[in-house]
Parts: sequence; structure tokens; C-alpha cells
Amino acid sequence: MTETFVSYSLIAVYSAMAIYTLAFVMFAIDLARRSAESSDAAAAASTGLSSASVRATTVMAASAARSSSAGTTTLTADDAPRTATDAVRATSPKYLRLAMALTVIAWVLHVSAVVFRGVAANRVPWANMFEFTLTATALIVGVFLVVQFWQDLRFLGSFIVGFALLALGVGTSSFYVDVVPLPPALQSAWLVIHVFVASLSTGFFALAAGLSIVQLMQARREAGKAVKLRFLDTLPPAERLETLAYRLTVVGFVMWTFTLIAGAVWAERAWGRYWGWDTKEVWTFIIWTIFAGYIHARATRGWRGSRSAWLAIVGFAAIVFNFTVVNLFFKGLHAYSGL
Amino acid sequence: MDAPVAQQGKIQQPKLGFVGYARFFWRQLTSMRTALFLLLLLAVAAIPGSLVPQISSDPNGVIAYRRNNPDSAAILDFFQVFNTFTSVWFSAIYLLLFISLVGCVLPRTKHHFDALRARPPKTPARLSRLEGFTTRTTKADAATVVESARRLLRSQRYRTEIYGDSVSAERGYLRETGNLVFHSALVGVLLAVGLGGGFGYTGQRVVVEGYAFSNSLASYDSFNPGRFFTDDALEPFTIALDSFKPIYEQSNRKAIGQAVDYTAYVTTTMKGESAQTARIKVNEPLSVGGTNAYLLGNGYAPVLTVRDAEDNVVWSQPTACLPFDANLGSTCVIKIPDGLDQQIGMLGFLYPTTGTLNSGALVSVYPDLVAPTLTLEVYQGDLGLDNGQGTNAYALNTDSLQQIAGRTSDAETVRLNPGDRVDLPNGLGSVELASIPRFVSLDVHHDPSQLPVLIFAILVVAGLVTSLFVPRRRMWVSARTDKSGTTTIEYAALARGDDPNLETAVSEFADKHSQQLTVRVDS
Ligand code: HEM
Repeated sequence: MTETFVSYSLIAVYSAMAIYTLAFVMFAIDLARRSAESSDAAAAASTGLSSASVRATTVMAASAARSSSAGTTTLTADDAPRTATDAVRATSPKYLRLAMALTVIAWVLHVSAVVFRGVAANRVPWANMFEFTLTATALIVGVFLVVQFWQDLRFLGSFIVGFALLALGVGTSSFYVDVVPLPPALQSAWLVIHVFVASLSTGFFALAAGLSIVQLMQARREAGKAVKLRFLDTLPPAERLETLAYRLTVVGFVMWTFTLIAGAVWAERAWGRYWGWDTKEVWTFIIWTIFAGYIHARATRGWRGSRSAWLAIVGFAAIVFNFTVVNLFFKGLHAYSGL
Repeated sequence: MDAPVAQQGKIQQPKLGFVGYARFFWRQLTSMRTALFLLLLLAVAAIPGSLVPQISSDPNGVIAYRRNNPDSAAILDFFQVFNTFTSVWFSAIYLLLFISLVGCVLPRTKHHFDALRARPPKTPARLSRLEGFTTRTTKADAATVVESARRLLRSQRYRTEIYGDSVSAERGYLRETGNLVFHSALVGVLLAVGLGGGFGYTGQRVVVEGYAFSNSLASYDSFNPGRFFTDDALEPFTIALDSFKPIYEQSNRKAIGQAVDYTAYVTTTMKGESAQTARIKVNEPLSVGGTNAYLLGNGYAPVLTVRDAEDNVVWSQPTACLPFDANLGSTCVIKIPDGLDQQIGMLGFLYPTTGTLNSGALVSVYPDLVAPTLTLEVYQGDLGLDNGQGTNAYALNTDSLQQIAGRTSDAETVRLNPGDRVDLPNGLGSVELASIPRFVSLDVHHDPSQLPVLIFAILVVAGLVTSLFVPRRRMWVSARTDKSGTTTIEYAALARGDDPNLETAVSEFADKHSQQLTVRVDS
């Protein structure tokens, strides 16, 4: 029985990876098409305006645009940031829509892989490195999909799907372990809560990191530096990206705070002390501090903008480090990689 | 916030006396920029504590590190890296950070109290410049419009103030309250950990099935008192281990023998009360009084009975053996200082379920007691117990001992199954493996900081959520009636901090308000 479900789970995850790959290609083509179209658009709009000044007005219009209602499909200075994205939506939605559809299909398979694994193991499917990878990537893609109802962040598709694909690749090839029973230390309701919330917050931090990376590139472009990536023309201005990244980070941060506290409560139950600077605890603390720093940076003069964006990226890098290097190579009580 | 401070400092520089410097320093310390710097510094400073084993969490790792890298260990010692989290430099960073925090939160709290009592600010002259600006027209007169706007704003929990033909409203003071609660609760956590933890203690004790231990200093194998610990903190109770029941995986072929459950059945007795039975599991510590007992380890404690040449029992008690593999293959050290002609030391290997490797060496193949074997190498001579130094019960120092049974002596290694009795070489006597009970190692912790830390942690989350998700905003509604009797109503708002839904809030308010007006005018 167990073996049957394990193999269903593996079939599902490999199929999901295949479809994610297609989705990734479509997202990439979409970005490439945006590059082409944005230069057309810029050419069309530059009757009398150099493309540099189009850029400048784009920036200034960022705040002005809020008061105007979105609408037209031409690149007017009035509501440039919205219409720039709208323009792409109207002229080349094909690849983007295909990419999103593929991502949804792959994600459904991915989630079923998680469920099958859980059924096979007869417990929550996040008790070793392979299972963490499987579940956390499903949550990351899930957050990406759900967030679209709030904001159009489809341009992060290649980043998110690429990241999930990479993680699943490493997870299935290097971290794979068979289903084994839970050791007594993991038999706790806190395994369900603590690990789930930690993985979910990773989804928010991943999106925020993607936005911050685009923000940095956009800021360079807006500062008039040569940036080859033409598709940036079609994306929101740096300031808007920063606001979005901040909102996602803040949600992730609340979850991470909860993770930290839940971890301490669990550590008290399982190990007899709520905090002992175990390596994993140290890194959870470091990550928490970095994001607290990020939130402060946004309220500190001279730190808004690119500097705080770097902090969001460093924070996410620390999360990935915590999950990979710390789990595999650092010694500590959290020795549950199963490898 | 910080720029004026810097300028002031510069201008006053020539005249700065001690007080001036102190004030300058204080302003710098409590600036946002310093807070950010210290936060990031704290993150960086924690890294070495994860790279290098810590005395508090991994003492054996430190010992191994010192042995393998004596040179770099000296440098790390100098910088207190083996104690990163109590080191001078780490402490300095977080103490400065928390001083900065207090210095920042106190004035803000005062300012916030003032703001809570102040009236919402005057309506700006040109609302059209503000966010979410929108207009509606109505036939109602300006005074009615303003009054109904005020009522609606109040019902949405704004504080309002009428200025002429306009109403000024503000809401979301809770945001700042949340922020202050969050920061103060962080101080609370630090204080609770620092002070509360000092009154507690932790102790470790190995207990064999059928035995009991009492909560007193003398009965612990190791004991770590907090800074402010006194003997009164030791609640008088005893815990007896009635039995220990492990469950090992038997059906999943990938995990045969893996532990799936541990339960220790115990009887506890508080002083002056009747005995009670209870159980301790890995994620379910036992609470006795204000003290918790945790099940952290387990193993076997074979009972050896040693007799002298005249068949008098000179030793009969369990010895806890240290497991060295997942199938509970364990090493046992038995020291018999008195009763025999010579001091005897025995180095044993216990195999709960005995298997044989191709090489002929024994190995344990399953952790439960299915086919146990105990092998003993026997030494005679000086155990080194009398030289006054504390000795490790789990190690046998063979410097002044001579092997009389084992690989390097004439007699073979002693091999025992339960119930077996074997004569010792040299006519010393005999040794019998009477039984093999289990032992558990219990950690007993008393930590008065737990509850306060938990409460402050909950406040941290509550404050955080409030401060991040409660919008703080100002809203204005202003009315102007022209000659034809039409009243134009202007609505606008101002965000204070991150406020994603500001514009929607204004337009929804405008719709609702103008609708109410229409309804009222029509009827
Ligand atoms: C232990 C050190 C600190 C930590 C972990 C920390 C963490 C945070 C976090 C998570 C927030 C965002 C949530 C909220 O607004 O409540 C925040 C906001 C804030 N903190 Fe701190 N903080 C620390 C120290 C300080 C210090 C020393 C200051 C003053 C210099 C300060 C001033 C502020 C201010 C003004 C905000 C509001 C920022 C905004 O409106 O976006 N914090 N802090």
C-alpha cells in the first residue's frame, strides 16, 4: 500500500516537473516578447520624446497614476505604469496565459504528489529534507498563484517556477529518502504547525525577493544606467515594486515570528528548553533579525529603495542557506534531514 | 528623525561639554539608523555561533574541536567564540540595541499619549492634492452634509473634529500602540529570560527500572544552577521508574528497528502526599509542582552480580551502558573497588539482539532484547579512584590496570547471556549476568521564566500584527454650496505609514456617504 502511494507521488512530482519546465519556457518567451514589444511601444511613443524621457515620465507618473483611473492601451505619460503592463497584456497575453495555465496544471500535480506522500506515510508529508522540499515548493508556487488575485505578479513566473524546478530537481535527486516512521521527537502537533507556517512564509519571502531583484534592476534603469533587459519597460516602476515587496515581506515576517515562537514552544516540550542556540535556532534568529532590519530600513532615511531591497534578497538567501547548508552540514539537534 | 540631530551636533560642537556629548551620544544611539545598524550587526554576530560548536549546546563538539585544532581553538577562546551568545561582544551588541530600543520607545510612548488626546488636525486648504481625492454633489446644505459625514466617520471609528464646513477625522492610533507594545514586549522577553532564567536549574539523572530518585542536589548526575539559584528552588519530590516501554518498527522493511515510541511509566511522590502514577514521553514531559521532567535518552543497565572466591556477593547492581549505535549496541564500564583481592575494572559490550559479522565480530541487529549478549574484558590493578580527582563513570582508565581476560591476555573475553555465571581468572571469584533492565535519562528543569516569556512572546505577535495591518489614516470631508444650491462634497485622505487600501477606503466612504444623503434628501 505504502509503496503504491509512494510511486504515485513520485509519478506526480516528475510530471509536475515536466510541466513546470514547459511553463518556465513560456514565462521566458513572454519576457523576451515583452522586450521586443516594449521597444516597439517606446518607438511609437517617442514622437518627439526620446526613450530616456519616456522613462523619466514613467517614474514621475508612478505617483500621479494613482489618482487616474487605468484604461487606455497607449503609452501616455498620464498612466504609464499601468498601461505599460496593460499594453503587454493586450498585445501578447498568449505566452503568459499559457505559462500560467501550465503552472496551474503542474501545481495541481505537485499538490497531489504532496498528498500521496502524506497518505503513503500516514502523517504530514514534511518530516525529512525530501518532503520539506516537496511541500515547501508546492507552497511557494501556491502563494505565487494565489497572490495573482491580489496583484498581477505574473512577471515573476520565471523566477518562482525556475526556483521551484531547481529545488525539486535537487530534492528528488539528492534528498530522496523512503517513507519511514516518525521518530518520537517529531511526533508532535508542532511538527504540523511549526514546519507548515515556516514553509508558507518562505513562499512570501520568495516572491518578495523576486520583486526586490526586479526592483534593483528597475532602479538601475530608472537612474539612466544601461540595462540590457528591455522587458523592464513593461514592468511596474521601482517604487511600486518596493511597495509590493514590502507588503509580502511583512506577511512573511509575521509568519516567521510565529514560526520562531512555535519552535521555541516545541523545543521546550521535546528538549526541555525553549531556546538553546542550536544551529537551526541560530539561523532562524538571524533570518528574523535580517527581516526586522529590512522593515526598519524602509523607515530609515537613506535606506529606502535599493539598500532595503538588498536586505530582502539577503534574507531570502539566508532562508535557502538555512534549509540547505545548515540542514546538511551543520551539527545540531535538528538532525531530521533523513540523509 | 536623524538628520536634524546630526546638524545640531555639528553646530554645537565647539561648545559641547560633558552633558552635550552625552546628549549627542544618546541621540545618536536612539536614532533609527543606529537601531538598524545594531540589528544587522546582531545578525552577523550570531553567525560564528552556528559555525563553531558552543559549550552550552554541544560541549563534546567543543572538546573534539579543541583536540583537533589546538591553534585556532586558542584564538577562538580569546574571542569567546565557544560561548558566542554570552560573549562580551555579543552581549554588548544586544545590550546597546536594547538601550537604543528603550531610548526610542519611551519618548514615542509619551508622544503617542499626547496624540491620543489631541484633536484631529485642521482640514488642509486644497484637498485635491491629497490621496484618493474624489467629489460628489448633492442638494443637501453644507451643514447637513458635514454633520452626516461626521456621524458616518464616527461609526467607522474615526475620531472627528468639525472645522467650519469640513470635518477632519483620524483613525488607527492602534497602529502606533501595536508598535509600542511590540517593542516593549521585546524588552520584556529579554528581561524575563535574563532574570527569570537565573532562578531556575537543570539537572540530569539516569534512572533504572525499579529505582527512584529524589529531587535533591546530591542525587543528580549533573546539575546546572541558575545565577540566583538557592536550594529552596528544589521541590521535594521523588520519581520512581516503574517500567520503560519502547516500540520499534517491525513491518516497514526500510525502517526495521527504528524507534517509533518511548514511554516511561513512573510513580511520583510529592512530600506529604500520596504516590501517583504518571507517564513521560518524548514530547510530553511530566510536570511535578513547578518542575518538569523530560525523557531525553534511554538504554540498558545490566545487573551484574560479582562474588568473591568464597561465594560472598561483593557487588550486585545495575550499570547504565552508553549506546553507540541505533540498535543500542552499548559500552558498559563496571568498577569494583572493594571486596575482591584486587580492584577490578570491566569494559563491557552489550548486544541486545546479537548478530555476527563475517569477521566474527559481534554486532547488535535490533534494539530490543531478543538475544542479548554481554562481553567483558576484565582488568585488575588500581582503578585510580582514590586520588581525589573526580572520575568519569563511563570511562575506564587502564593506565594502572592489567588485563586478565580479553584480547591481550591469556584468558578469553568473558561472554555472558542472561543467567550465565562465569569464573573470573586468577581465582578472584565469579561474575553473573542477573538481568538486563532498562534505564532512562531524565532532564529535570525548573525555569520560572517560561510563563513570562510566553506571555511577552504573545504580546510581541499581537503588537506586530496590529502595527503592521491596522491602517492609520486621516480623512477629510469638506462641503461647499454654490449659488444654485448644489453642494459639492470633497473627500480626501492621507496615509500614515503603509496603507494599501487608502484610495478604495475614500471612494467607498464617498459612495456610502452620498448615498445616505440622497436617501435622506429624497424621503
Ligand atoms: C531589538 C531590536 C528591534 C527589533 C527586533 C525591532 C523590530 C521592528 C519591527 C519588526 C518593526 C515593524 C513592526 C512594527 O511596526 O511594530 C519595527 C518598527 C519600528 N521600529 Fe523597531 N525594532 C527594534 C529596535 C528599534 C529601535 C532601537 C528603534 C528606535 C530607534 C525602533 C524604531 C522603530 C520604528 C520607528 C518603527 C516603525 C517603522 C515603520 O513605521 O515602518 N526599533 N521594529
